[in-house]
Amino acid sequence: MNFDFSEDQKFLRDEARKFLTAQCPSTAVRAVLDAEDITHDAKLWSQIGEMGWLGAAIPEEHGGLGLGMLELCVIAEELGRVLAPVPFSSTVYMLAETLKLAGSEGQKAALLPKLASGEVIGALALSEGPGEPDPASLSVRFEGGKLTGTKIPVTDGDIASHAVVLAAEGSGASLVLVDLNAGGVVRNPVKTLDPTRSHAELVFDGTPAERLGEAGAGAGLLGQLLDRVAVLLAFEQLGGASRCLEMATDYAKERYAFGRPIGGNQAIKHKLAEMYVKNEVARSNCFYGAWALSSDAPEMPEAAAAARLAASEAYWFAAKENIQTHGGMGFTWEVDAHLYYRRAKLLAVQAGAPKVWKEKLIRALETKNAA
Amino acid sequence: MDFNDTPEEAAFRTEARAFLEKHLEPKGAKPLRQRISGEAFMREAKAWQKIKAENGFAQITWPKEIGGRGGTPMQQVIWNQEESQFDAPTGPFAIGLGMCVPTVIAFGSDAHKKRYVRPALTGEEIWCQLFSEPAAGSDVAGVKTRAVRNGDDWVINGQKVWTTGAHFSDFGIVLCRTDPKQPKHKGLTMFIVNMKDPGVEARPIHQASGGREFNEVYFSDVRIPDSDRLGEVGAGWKVALVTLMNERLAVGGSPGPDWAEIMDYARKAGTLGDTAFREKLADWYVAAQGYKLTKFRSQTALSRGETPGPENSIGKIITANQLQDICNEAIEMQGHYGLMVDEDTMPADALFQRSFMWAPGLRIAGGTDEILKNIIAERVLGLPQDVRVDKSVPFDELKQG
Ligand SMILES: Cc1cc2nc3c(=O)[nH]c(=O)nc-3n(C[C@H](O)[C@H](O)[C@H](O)COP(=O)(O)OP(=O)(O)OC[C@H]3O[C@@H](n4cnc5c(N)ncnc54)[C@H](O)[C@@H]3O)c2cc1C
Ligand SMILES: Cc1cc2nc3c(=O)[nH]c(=O)nc-3n(C[C@H](O)[C@H](O)[C@H](O)COP(=O)(O)OP(=O)(O)OC[C@H]3O[C@@H](n4cnc5c(N)ncnc54)[C@H](O)[C@@H]3O)c2cc1C
Repeated sequence: MNFDFSEDQKFLRDEARKFLTAQCPSTAVRAVLDAEDITHDAKLWSQIGEMGWLGAAIPEEHGGLGLGMLELCVIAEELGRVLAPVPFSSTVYMLAETLKLAGSEGQKAALLPKLASGEVIGALALSEGPGEPDPASLSVRFEGGKLTGTKIPVTDGDIASHAVVLAAEGSGASLVLVDLNAGGVVRNPVKTLDPTRSHAELVFDGTPAERLGEAGAGAGLLGQLLDRVAVLLAFEQLGGASRCLEMATDYAKERYAFGRPIGGNQAIKHKLAEMYVKNEVARSNCFYGAWALSSDAPEMPEAAAAARLAASEAYWFAAKENIQTHGGMGFTWEVDAHLYYRRAKLLAVQAGAPKVWKEKLIRALETKNAA
Repeated sequence: MDFNDTPEEAAFRTEARAFLEKHLEPKGAKPLRQRISGEAFMREAKAWQKIKAENGFAQITWPKEIGGRGGTPMQQVIWNQEESQFDAPTGPFAIGLGMCVPTVIAFGSDAHKKRYVRPALTGEEIWCQLFSEPAAGSDVAGVKTRAVRNGDDWVINGQKVWTTGAHFSDFGIVLCRTDPKQPKHKGLTMFIVNMKDPGVEARPIHQASGGREFNEVYFSDVRIPDSDRLGEVGAGWKVALVTLMNERLAVGGSPGPDWAEIMDYARKAGTLGDTAFREKLADWYVAAQGYKLTKFRSQTALSRGETPGPENSIGKIITANQLQDICNEAIEMQGHYGLMVDEDTMPADALFQRSFMWAPGLRIAGGTDEILKNIIAERVLGLPQDVRVDKSVPFDELKQG
């Protein structure tokens, strides 16, 4: 039994934590939060590029470090802890993983090296309106090499250089790649619950695009892609949830009411114990997702769904109860608790809300059982 | 990251499995209703325990000198995993071998170890844990059962309650008050008691579930020689903590139906398509899987010869509550029909109905939900203890009820 990260991976985690604690304090996150015209922390983004993290799971032949998915999971958890205001997930979990999964040799060779070096920023454009986009009835269409229609919201859509778009093609759906800097795209910034990450509406009007994978294979490819994305996002969520538990625990020890620390009251103690239970459930499911992801295991569908669900639940609970534990202070702009509350929601609904993943999980279990 | 055994672990697993295949049938080979109970079960359980002990598979981590295997904690885990795949008559020895006898080994004399360990290991003698009392359960340091020194003996009077297996036990460890003038944790002492002593009377309690597994136990002028004291006079709390620590290691998973069983049932009943049910099922899967994988994390530490972290403390809170919810859901799914309990006619041999009546006990036995949350809050997260009004006051001045 070796259900743990290796010594090297733990070393990477410690180094990443040191680096991010120094380079991404909450003042850096707040700089993005407070200024309307700042979309992300450009300095942190370039430092992350220099560290090689963007290419951690990209093969060396394509300019990456050629480490593995486990290393990427380690980095994801640390980025989640500090709410890093950079387009890492859009670029690495979404664009790079799509290229690895569905890109032609030419597409990989053209983009992965630039992605690893930080020249390319990615985005994944799925949503068109309330509810989950249904590959069978999309309004955005890809015909004759051109894309038409509107995606909203697209995380990092206003700063991305390349977007992966789910679009109708013929009677099916396809994944297509758009160079957003080549013109023919209108990007309208949109306000969201989490202003520490930028979002936009993307309006395509006969915009040139190229297909990723076969025509009509979009739904299947997207399913595989989202399983991978789910595990990586789950690690970010786990990092955020762990940080909330630490914040709430520290505050509960320091804050006195009725002559003693509020953490001496069972209403707070039991709440934080429940947070701990949920976080451990999330951590164990995340580890399993990481294992399935890194070993291309046939258990990937249920492992990814369980990691995502456990982490979404843990982060939601930890974020809301962290505010609650802070009392009136928790409801102020100055205390960081609301930053986690905001990020928890973004991470829970992008790439499929919990309801969607519950259904995916049960289907995966049904399929397994039928086999 | 992998789930593989090391070569040594794999070799042990093969050996264990071969041994089990030789002696037992795989789980599920026999329908539930043909399973035996009562005295016949006890006979089989004792016979199986003896075979295990003679072949070095009982108490794998105990040293060879006292009849164990001298093996690793990981080997014990592997053995438990393998044995649970078979229809093994286990149960009556868990409290004795898991909690009582380890306490005897830790605090007893050489004579005690010689006298008690072997017969417990071979299943000839059964032990029970006599801690809880009517006014001392969660607050077990509040026991009132008195032990008074008389020459070379102690004379015991008082009442214990909820003592699992007392009615068929040969020995017990009993937590007694030896000095009521001291604060509650200081005036306690632990003894070995012979359950066949005429002054000991075990009266089975009729449980809410209908069974009679636990007991009230009355002590009337029971004489225990001072040589059967475990630990110093007044150090009973320290001894009890060792027992309770072993209990926390022993409890965790709950027997009974889990997500797979209710999913299976829903499929057969044609209700698996219900969206509300599917969402609950997903939650149960995630939590159960979370606990199962958390055990794998602890086992990883064991396998490396390290001490596992506190993560395993989440176990009983998850499993006992989930068991209750799953049974409740299955019964409601069956509607009015689900009220019936006949094992011969009900779906799944009435497993959901039986476990429904057991689940409340699991949330209480071995530490209630509330006490376990306190333990996580205080020992894992380092939050302050509850306000205590009982720690420095002489025991006989405390309020009870
Ligand atoms: C939107 C808003 C408007 C407000 N308006 C007003 C106003 O107009 N006038 C005014 O005077 N005040 C106002 N308040 C203040 C409000 O009454 C306090 O914030 C509230 O009473 C909590 O006190 P606290 O913030 O000091 O938190 P704390 O008392 O420090 O509590 C922190 C946490 O500990 C818990 N806790 C504390 N003591 C115990 C205990 N004994 N047992 C269990 N848990 C405990 C709390 O439930 C909370 O979760 C307002 C607050 C908000 C958020
Ligand atoms: C099936 C079964 C088998 C058992 N077997 C044995 C055995 O073999 N030997 C033995 O010695 N005992 C045994 N017990 C007893 C068991 O350890 C106690 O029942 C348990 O510790 C609870 O104690 P109590 O019943 O006195 O409840 P109480 O301690 O009176 O608790 C009542 C309620 O108050 C809550 N409560 C108590 N204190 C606090 C607190 N400080 N903070 C918050 N909530 C609190 C509890 O959580 C519970 O909900 C068994 C019990 C069961 C159900």
